[in-house]
Amino acid sequence: MPTKIEKDAVSGQDTTGHEWDGIKELNTPLPRWWLYVLYATIVISIGYFILYPAIPWGTGYTEGLLGHTERKALEKSMAALRASRAVYVDEIAHAPLDEIRAQPKLLEFATAGGKSAFADNCAPCHAGGGAGRPGFPSLADDIWLWGGKLADIERTIRHGVRWDKDEDTRVSDMPRFGADNILAPAQIEQLATYVLSLSGGAAEGIDIAAAAALYAENCASCHGPAGQGNREVGAPRLADAVWLYGGSREAVTRQIAAPRHGVMPAWGGRLDTATIKMLTLYVHSLGGGE
Amino acid sequence: MDGTPDPNAIAIEDAESVRAQRKKLPLYTPRVKVFPKRVSGVFRRLKTTALVVLLGIYYLAPWLRWDRGPGAPDQAFLIDMPSRRAYFLWIEIWPQEVYYLAGLLIVGAFGLFLVTSLFGRVWCGFTCPQTVWTDLFMWVERWVEGDRNARIKLDQGAWTAAKITKRTIKHLLWLLIALLTGGAWILYFHDAPTLVQDLLHLEIDGAVLFFIGLFTATTYLLAGFAREQVCTYMCPWPRFQAAMLDEDTLTVTYEEWRGEPRGHRKKDQDLSGLGDCVACNQCVAVCPTGIDIRDGSQLECIGCALCVDACNSVMAALGRPPDLITYDSVSRQLGREQGATPGHRLVRPRTVMYAVLLLLIGGAILFSLWSRPSVGLNVIRDRNPLFVKLSDGSIRNGFTVKILNKQRRQRDFALAVNGLSDATVTVVGQGGAHSTVWLAADPDAVTPFRIFVTAPARRLEGKSTPFLFVIRENAADGPEEVQRHETVFRGPVK
Repeated sequence: MPTKIEKDAVSGQDTTGHEWDGIKELNTPLPRWWLYVLYATIVISIGYFILYPAIPWGTGYTEGLLGHTERKALEKSMAALRASRAVYVDEIAHAPLDEIRAQPKLLEFATAGGKSAFADNCAPCHAGGGAGRPGFPSLADDIWLWGGKLADIERTIRHGVRWDKDEDTRVSDMPRFGADNILAPAQIEQLATYVLSLSGGAAEGIDIAAAAALYAENCASCHGPAGQGNREVGAPRLADAVWLYGGSREAVTRQIAAPRHGVMPAWGGRLDTATIKMLTLYVHSLGGGE
Repeated sequence: MDGTPDPNAIAIEDAESVRAQRKKLPLYTPRVKVFPKRVSGVFRRLKTTALVVLLGIYYLAPWLRWDRGPGAPDQAFLIDMPSRRAYFLWIEIWPQEVYYLAGLLIVGAFGLFLVTSLFGRVWCGFTCPQTVWTDLFMWVERWVEGDRNARIKLDQGAWTAAKITKRTIKHLLWLLIALLTGGAWILYFHDAPTLVQDLLHLEIDGAVLFFIGLFTATTYLLAGFAREQVCTYMCPWPRFQAAMLDEDTLTVTYEEWRGEPRGHRKKDQDLSGLGDCVACNQCVAVCPTGIDIRDGSQLECIGCALCVDACNSVMAALGRPPDLITYDSVSRQLGREQGATPGHRLVRPRTVMYAVLLLLIGGAILFSLWSRPSVGLNVIRDRNPLFVKLSDGSIRNGFTVKILNKQRRQRDFALAVNGLSDATVTVVGQGGAHSTVWLAADPDAVTPFRIFVTAPARRLEGKSTPFLFVIRENAADGPEEVQRHETVFRGPVK
């Protein structure tokens, strides 16, 4: 609070009347040029009002002589970005996948593009980085239902899995051994234990010979005599540690009795060729590419 | 109470509204022009020497060459923005090492503290760029328009042809110096000979033009017009440098006990009762910030000591002892006032502390520079997915390993993992699982590698197993350099 404006005893200068703990603030006037700097900033701000969008009213605003909008600026920079990418995108759209993979710079661009397209389109099911979830296969491991070569991956992305609207879609069907009464519940449980033993599980409480015979009769035609799987028909390998629908005895039993069949849409009509190729290269790079 | 009002009964207070009082104070002060007079003496020579040496360094340093071998720039002092390198003689700084810049600033700050606590504002008075360029501009001004009185006359006089000519010449010369200053600044960021050739051929880059323009304009404005206003109103340093001064600090001081009472002399006058100061005001006339040092130490004083030179020439002419205005400390002045001659006290807790800190920090920086490795290892582990279970049940983690090769030759490093038994390493794009893989790091660059580490699940401690990445240069290629990076291997919960 200003108390009393007085002269400072030492300097002879006026005080502002402000006092804190006995220390009085001297009133040192600002230099005039300082004031002119303030005026200059006001003049510059008027310039901004004239050049840029400034004053809103009910339904609109003053648009400014430069016609600047954030949206236009964004569109411009996006267009510039697309133009700078066009040379790569065109090359990716036309070159065979193996050729793209052989060119480090092109591959780097494609993998980066594939990564962002993956996050937009694939990650909701396959999880970020292709980690997979129960029912949605991991794309980063060394196991493929339909093949892990570039051409295989591209076909799966383009045509999908069990996607009715696409004639070339990947299809596999496993009989519902329990639900359709093909096998008795006890036989299914025996089979489940046997299947688990293919990847090192303990074969306890079952007649191995009988279970092996049951397997050979019902399963081996697709999954192979030793459970090695068959990509031609999309039959998963059973003799490994990776289980799409769970590796517990209950989960395997359930899958034999009433198999679940995952569906993946065909992306051919939704994404352009370059994007599908970039996705292919990205998925191939995740760790399982063959 | 007889009912008649008595105006005299009301006490009159000596009061005035704050607003009324405030009106008497000026809100803004007009600029008082300063016309410093020419002076000669010890400190003027020192200041001139500082000016020549510092400007010489500034303008010539970019032209100094330094051979760094083929492919590397041969400019001794260069900040190469596009390729993200800074070169200082034999030292090369990467952006990752920008903390050396912070260290340099800390050393600069403590150096400033030390020098200020010993000798007052010598930085302000002799070496600050604002002071140096202002001094140069004043020299030009004096050369074109004459000394103090001639300049005052010219300033107050009408706009005659002569005045217009002189002013035009002065501003043209100022602009030329400003342009050279701005141009020299840019040379620290480009190869100097190439850039100057390009400029002469008018092949000018927009950014270069912008910065030359910026530094030309600021030099012209700050040294030509703003001058002491920068020190008084803009610079924060005068505000807090008082914290470094004490009673033993050497500052520009007026010996009031000897000088007062001051007064003009006439021939054959009785001098008894008069001090040595003859009130000639020479000290005020030469001051570049236009103050009177006889008022005592003040914020505006930049400690250039030109008033010392001015006063000494007067004292010499009068046959009086020199140093009525002198570089001295408060405590010595108090002693001398009593007739004693105390010595200088340079070693004080404050100066010792500043010196020790300066040595410690400077030493740490030098040691760090001298012992820094020529290779760096950065590891970024994949977070998505944290780990992948493979068909044989083993667990795989993905990493991006970056090798910073600070030498100008390709170097091969053996990468191994330490602390993860039975683990194998795969370089993406090279294939094969090995216990040790060879990575070729590009010269003078950061080379990234995608690395997969696979470990049997039974060997893992659980969710997270700490381990080390170790890179080791092939011993045959030179002194062995080893870099380690600690990280963790993630796996399923056991």
